[in-house]
Amino acid sequence: MPGTVTAEAPAPQTPPQGASARPPRAGQSMWTRDQVAQAVRVSLKKLDPRWMVRNPVMFAVEVGSVLTTGDAIRYLAEGRYSELAFVGQISIWLWLTVLFANFAEAMAEGRGQAHAEALRRTRVETTARREGPSGIEVVPATALQRGDVVVVDAGELIPSDGEVIEGIASVDESAITGESAPVIRESGGDRSAVTGGTKVISDSLRIQITAGQGETFLDRMIELIETSQRRKTPNEIALALLLAGLTLIFLVVVVTLAPFSAYSHSPVSVTVLIALLVALAPTTIGGLLSAIGISGMNRLLEHNVLALSGRAVEAAGDVNVIMLDKTGTLTLGNRQATELVPVEGVDERHLAEVAQLSSLADETPEGRSIVVLAKERYGLRERSFGEHEATFVPFSAQTRMSGVDLDGREIRKGAVDSVAAWAGSELSLEIRAKVDEISRSGGTPLLVAEDRRVLGVIHLKDVVKEGIKERLQSLRTAGLRTVMITGDNPVTAAAIAHEVGVDDFLAEATPERKMEYVKSMKAEGFMVGMVGDGTNDAPALANADVAVAMNTGTMAAREAGNMIDLDSNPTKLIEIVEVGKQILITRGALTTFSVTNDVAKYFAIIPAMFVVAFPGLAALNVMRLTSPDTAILSAIIFNAVIIPVLIPLALRGVRYKAQSALSLLRKNLLIYGLGGLLLPFAGIKLIDMLVTALHLVSTAH
Amino acid sequence: MNWQGALQPFVLIAVVALLAWAMGSYMFRVFEGGKTFVDRALVPLERGVYRLCGIDPEVEMRWTTYVFALLAVNVVGFVVLFVLLSLQSVLPLNPAHLPHIPFWTTWNTAVSFMTNTNWQVYGGESTMSYLSQAWLVVQQFLSPITGICLFLVVARGFSRHSTQTLGNFWRDFVRALIWVAIPLAVIGTIVLVALGSPQNLHAYTHVTTLQHAHQTIAQGPIASMTSIMQLGDNGGGFMNMNAAHPFEAPNALSLLFQLVLGFAIPAGCIYLFGKMIKDLRQSRAIFAAMAIMFVAGALVMYHFEYAGNAVLPIHHVVLAAHKNMVGKETRFGVGTTTLFDNSTTAVSWGSVAASNDSMTPIGGMVNLFNMLTGEVIFGSWGVGMIGMLAFAVLAVFLAGLMVGRTPEYLGKKIESYEVKMAVLAMVVPSFVILILAALSVVLKSGLSGIFNPGPHGLSEVLYAFASGVGNNGSAFGGLSSASPWYSATVGIAMLLGRFPMYIPLVAMAGSLGRKQRIPASAGTFPTHGPMFVGLLTGTVLIVGALIFFPVLALGPLAEHFAMNAGKLF
Repeated sequence: MPGTVTAEAPAPQTPPQGASARPPRAGQSMWTRDQVAQAVRVSLKKLDPRWMVRNPVMFAVEVGSVLTTGDAIRYLAEGRYSELAFVGQISIWLWLTVLFANFAEAMAEGRGQAHAEALRRTRVETTARREGPSGIEVVPATALQRGDVVVVDAGELIPSDGEVIEGIASVDESAITGESAPVIRESGGDRSAVTGGTKVISDSLRIQITAGQGETFLDRMIELIETSQRRKTPNEIALALLLAGLTLIFLVVVVTLAPFSAYSHSPVSVTVLIALLVALAPTTIGGLLSAIGISGMNRLLEHNVLALSGRAVEAAGDVNVIMLDKTGTLTLGNRQATELVPVEGVDERHLAEVAQLSSLADETPEGRSIVVLAKERYGLRERSFGEHEATFVPFSAQTRMSGVDLDGREIRKGAVDSVAAWAGSELSLEIRAKVDEISRSGGTPLLVAEDRRVLGVIHLKDVVKEGIKERLQSLRTAGLRTVMITGDNPVTAAAIAHEVGVDDFLAEATPERKMEYVKSMKAEGFMVGMVGDGTNDAPALANADVAVAMNTGTMAAREAGNMIDLDSNPTKLIEIVEVGKQILITRGALTTFSVTNDVAKYFAIIPAMFVVAFPGLAALNVMRLTSPDTAILSAIIFNAVIIPVLIPLALRGVRYKAQSALSLLRKNLLIYGLGGLLLPFAGIKLIDMLVTALHLVSTAH
Repeated sequence: MNWQGALQPFVLIAVVALLAWAMGSYMFRVFEGGKTFVDRALVPLERGVYRLCGIDPEVEMRWTTYVFALLAVNVVGFVVLFVLLSLQSVLPLNPAHLPHIPFWTTWNTAVSFMTNTNWQVYGGESTMSYLSQAWLVVQQFLSPITGICLFLVVARGFSRHSTQTLGNFWRDFVRALIWVAIPLAVIGTIVLVALGSPQNLHAYTHVTTLQHAHQTIAQGPIASMTSIMQLGDNGGGFMNMNAAHPFEAPNALSLLFQLVLGFAIPAGCIYLFGKMIKDLRQSRAIFAAMAIMFVAGALVMYHFEYAGNAVLPIHHVVLAAHKNMVGKETRFGVGTTTLFDNSTTAVSWGSVAASNDSMTPIGGMVNLFNMLTGEVIFGSWGVGMIGMLAFAVLAVFLAGLMVGRTPEYLGKKIESYEVKMAVLAMVVPSFVILILAALSVVLKSGLSGIFNPGPHGLSEVLYAFASGVGNNGSAFGGLSSASPWYSATVGIAMLLGRFPMYIPLVAMAGSLGRKQRIPASAGTFPTHGPMFVGLLTGTVLIVGALIFFPVLALGPLAEHFAMNAGKLF
């Protein structure tokens, strides 16, 4: 450790551990008692008109509630109890409509706040050992400034966000990610970023602090969860505008209905007009809109993805090109031996034996896969060299081959050119052809030689991850183009791209090429999503519409991204896209449902309003509701009750399976369009039967 | 309903489809480059006009400049007409010595002929001098051309991308005039003359009939005025009776020709749109949606008119046929008359072949509904198409989210600005209709103009404002539309239903034109198949129904059910 310790560094405090400190994970019940109680309290608080005015639809309902309540009080004072029963109950249901909408929002917010609360508990006061001009000094973590260098030993908490400048250590990041398996952090390379609040388990690190006061990852995360919920996304704003427009139109419809009905000698009371307005205004979607957006962010959190803006989540649904790294995302990280091809005159089994011998000491995944292949395909058991005189020749970048000298036999395997050079012989046309074929197919050929004689070729192949092909296929049906990024040459890349089933590939990818690719896609009008971890991904990430940076990645990558994947799982992008789509679908489904609902409400309320003046209009009472009073009350009850009924759907989201827009639209139009048209007929009728049975209001025609 | 009558709208739609193709292809070459067979004659003329007016037709305009030029032309037309009408009694070409026109009539007429409404609070032959009629004809050219210019600029918002400019107004205007309006109107006039309409500048003929009654037979340049009235979807006929007058429609063939003339350009615009955005499938979907609503409306109207008045059987009045022939032209019968009248409100030409006031309540409601939904069932020159595009934007926005992407239409993202403008275009007409109608039924000046109190009177008032806002021009009747109150308010309605309704949509196009085009994929909301046709139709019907259902329930619906119960208003 550099420098001298000038003060005895007390062991930094350990944060309270245990399940409670962990962010809530998927699968937890959405209706815990505490949460519900809290949401009820919040929804009452939200009745404040200064808050309500942000949502014009529900604000109109609240104003209506106040007016009808005024009427009810007047009837009470005047002792007109028969009118009071009707107006009073309408008022109650109007207030409930507002409360239900507030409750939905409070529930969604509550789940995010629980998450933020859990994170805040991990952000405890720690101390740091900072390198000063006179050696190491102990300072509180809050005193750290950008650019300071601190030393963290095993068992200590990392005081703030930073970049490892020296050392390698395993770090427990469970406080942030909820993942208990420790991760490796080292200087240089793509795993150099560390997060304040995480704990070094082994070894020690020198860290340069990269975040100032209140700007740490944890701070930002808490702030995001708590405040970004309030910021509306572009599509939400557009939809809110449309809903406000609809409400305004219905307001004029209802206000002008007063003179029309007066002209028709069929005057209607203010309560009934307000009831009509509330029934027509898109209260279902108006009440659930913000809950849908907030719960979408929460769902991403459950996937351990932190979206730095709501806009990015929405963009995720729109992404139509996704760029995926080949290694680790599409293929397993390492290549595996799949085939042994002997030269003419060499027994395949002999080749297998030699290949096995060459690899026994090779601990790389490739080497092990050769041993496995020899065992599985040729029945060659692993042998030990106990009684033999064996000298291993390790792989080096200069020789580009490895092998073993065993009882005088010289066995080598390695890159084609190197082994051929070592053997000192021209490769036969036959073996040359085989090597080319393997290269073309995207594989890597390894030559095996014994005593300077080439015996054959090992075919090392990139192994496509299980299930990835089907996933890419389903993405294609959903209209997403997939692009594979790889450092391989174009020939190899083409072969793997074909095997995996991506639409396009970017071979010999450099930071510039990646960025250029993203830019050219965007110029054609595509929305690009990509995942990156390294500094060399940062330029491309900064240009992508949805840029997911891995938590293990470098600071540069993290700063360029607009989402951070705490699990650092490169296929997460696919799930992010799905969550984005789910939010939009839920919003659209409930909007359609809300608007088509109005048809049935009209058929309940309009005949009820005018049947006295025009008895013929009873023909429009297709639901055969008992009386004008029961009809109007039933429509209002349905309108209110549908909100809590749909809260679980709003919080969970409409189920999404990747499929073409056409089939998705057909399905959703059928459920939410046609369903929205028909369901309220049944619902209002049912409520009317209940209202009639209970004699809640006058049942006289 | 007999099958011949029921078949008529289908046959008409088939003819209109052919017409759409022919006119659309021709107009595409006129407006978006390409050659036409009349270029050799017209291009020198066009150049002459540009040189004379100092126009550079190559200068591309932003939407704001375009709208400014368009408004300027309209203001000039309005002022000239206003002055001519005000001074009619002292100006020449007035052989019948028609007197001074009252102020409110002048205001109403000037607005009416500027906005392609052609709502007439006067009887043409008994109010307007030949000079006045002549300038009215000029306006009948200018106002539909304004419509097609509005359409072209909106369509370019979709067809172009990443650009600030959406064409040159002067070029569009001049080309629409000398390639489309004038040649077609001339052809139309010749055909109408051949079919028996008079075309002269004679003084009215005074005759003594066989029964020794004195009759003044009005005449004049009827064929030419009828031609542009139909072609331009104006509806401002020479005669008060419009197409029911034997000089305007001497026979059934002439009436059918006028139908075709009225459909020509609006239908052509649909095809033209597809050519402009290079995707004819989109045109087909929009055409299908319009055709479905048109045929449905025609059939409903035909059914109720054919079924006749339900009161008669209730009161044991026995007729040979119960068809509702009241107010209809016997030469044409119920089938053809209803087809013409449904087209009148759908295609927005506003000239009538029957007295709408005498229709059955539901028959009249079809006409009302055609106008209340914004005149998007073909509509008049270009603006019907713009209105339908606004509905398409709304439909895509409402339901488009359900495919899991933020809404886009024709490769353009629909964001708050577009929604704001589309909502504005929807809000303005419905507010104007509802508020002015509501005022009319409570204020004394409005109430006194209603001849049939009760639900029928409400339909009359509603119809007047719907016709004004929709720039339709047909009248229900039964309303003293020439009274100052209705002259003034319908004038306001016509004005608001024109520019405040369509300019937001041009602004939307300006924003769309600036956007990049998003390539289509399997994940794109499909806007060409039968599902979108259904969605679009549903949006128009549901939005229209949601806004106007209460007042329709108090008007035509209440009247209908009362009629079934034996009560008339």
